[in-house]
Amino acid sequence: MRPWKLGAWLVLGLALTAGAMLTEAADPNTFNRLLPSAAKRNPPPPDDGIHDPVNEGTHMLQPPKDAFGQLPKAPSGNYIDWVKSLDGKKIQPRYDRIDTAAEPIVMDLNIVREVKGSMPDVVYPHKQHTEWLDCSNCHPAIFVPQKGANQISMAGILLGEKCGVCHGKVAFPVSECVRCHSKPKGDGAAAQKTGTTPPDAPKK
Amino acid sequence: MKTEVLGRLRRFWIGVAMFAFAAGGLAILAPEGNAEYADVVINNYSDKAGMRPVVFPHWFHRVRFRCKVCHADLGFQFKAGGNDINMVKIIEGQFCGACHNGEIAWSVENCNLCHSAVPNTPTQVHESTLQKLVAPAGDRKK
Ligand code: HEC
Ligand code: HEC
Ligand code: HEC
Repeated sequence: MRPWKLGAWLVLGLALTAGAMLTEAADPNTFNRLLPSAAKRNPPPPDDGIHDPVNEGTHMLQPPKDAFGQLPKAPSGNYIDWVKSLDGKKIQPRYDRIDTAAEPIVMDLNIVREVKGSMPDVVYPHKQHTEWLDCSNCHPAIFVPQKGANQISMAGILLGEKCGVCHGKVAFPVSECVRCHSKPKGDGAAAQKTGTTPPDAPKK
Repeated sequence: MKTEVLGRLRRFWIGVAMFAFAAGGLAILAPEGNAEYADVVINNYSDKAGMRPVVFPHWFHRVRFRCKVCHADLGFQFKAGGNDINMVKIIEGQFCGACHNGEIAWSVENCNLCHSAVPNTPTQVHESTLQKLVAPAGDRKK
């Protein structure tokens, strides 16, 4: 057979296989049509769509799953519960660039915000935030440190204001509603007292 | 003469085969753009300077440092692309250069560990709620 004919058949074969694979991918009756598959979470850098697989350095970067194995899971974001990871000392992020012994200045004060409408009230815990951040990260630019002085709405949060400066960008997104809306209305039982830790993510 | 025609034909078919391979590969392997949550692409200058844009992985750094180190001590503003970072500042020890100096972390000569994004990727925070509001989760395949 002439080499070019061989080439022609090879091409045809490939085109057909590729075609078949494409139609398979387009099966209209897949079980989850819109839900992204869990297997695609935390992809390694060369497959994540923003790192260039042609770049050599891309292949030297750590795949998130290698690092996340031991860490407590969460339903969204990095799929890691970073607050629990820190509390359980699964990670020991430095509080100072160089000094490994520097300890955070933690403030344990809960702010309860009564919410209009049907959702449970919101408990804002300073403790979990000051473990990671400095007061100056929020006060006074994002939140005026005065009771009643801050207008907060879900619409604003979704647009990246107030809590939304971090939640939905780096910290867990607002789809984890009950982590913030954690205090049932009209019953003083749950986590209201100043100085207590708020209830954790919902029990599963 | 005849061999020349054959040679040209062969080259043509090799070309077609390579194209088919590439197209097939793309169709099967095309990544969906589902990068790690909070990966920041910084591209104010990189593309224009002929470098790949920079990818900053929050998850990797927050395992090692609290937010305070970067966002209070080192002065990174909470805004992707909002810090006007360039290589002179980095080499002088500001921003990434406060750590990527060969002491705390590997130094600047490892260009392609930072400059690792697909060319022309705009400045963005990956997987952010805002990004998803613009392009809902189910719609990402385009
Ligand atoms: C507070 C210190 C600090 C700052 C600031 C910092 N880094 Fe890093 N970075 C580190 C350390 C520590 C490592 C781990 C180094 C190692 O593995 O030896 C690292 C690793 C990395 C990695 C490789 C991750 C992997 O998969 O191994 C990338 C990419 C990176 N940094 C990019 C950046 C960029 C871009 C900036 C600036 C926008 C930056 N870093 C700022 C401390 C820092
Ligand atoms: C620690 C991470 C890091 C490393 C390593 C690094 N860069 Fe950069 N570089 C950046 C960041 C962040 C920017 C700003 C990106 C932007 O806004 O487009 C930048 C911008 C640039 C720019 C455009 C702005 C300017 O200053 O001209 C060039 C060119 C550049 N880098 C070249 C290099 C080269 C060459 C190397 C290797 C010798 C290198 N970079 C290594 C993080 C890094
Ligand atoms: C190693 C340094 C480093 C650490 C640690 C770090 N960040 Fe960042 N952060 C950055 C850099 C770099 C950017 C991008 C700035 C730019 O593009 O100029 C950024 C951007 C952001 C943004 C802006 C996103 C937007 O809307 O554009 C937020 C919010 C943020 N970080 C929150 C956090 C939080 C919360 C933590 C702690 C859990 C944290 N960061 C830890 C370096 C860091």
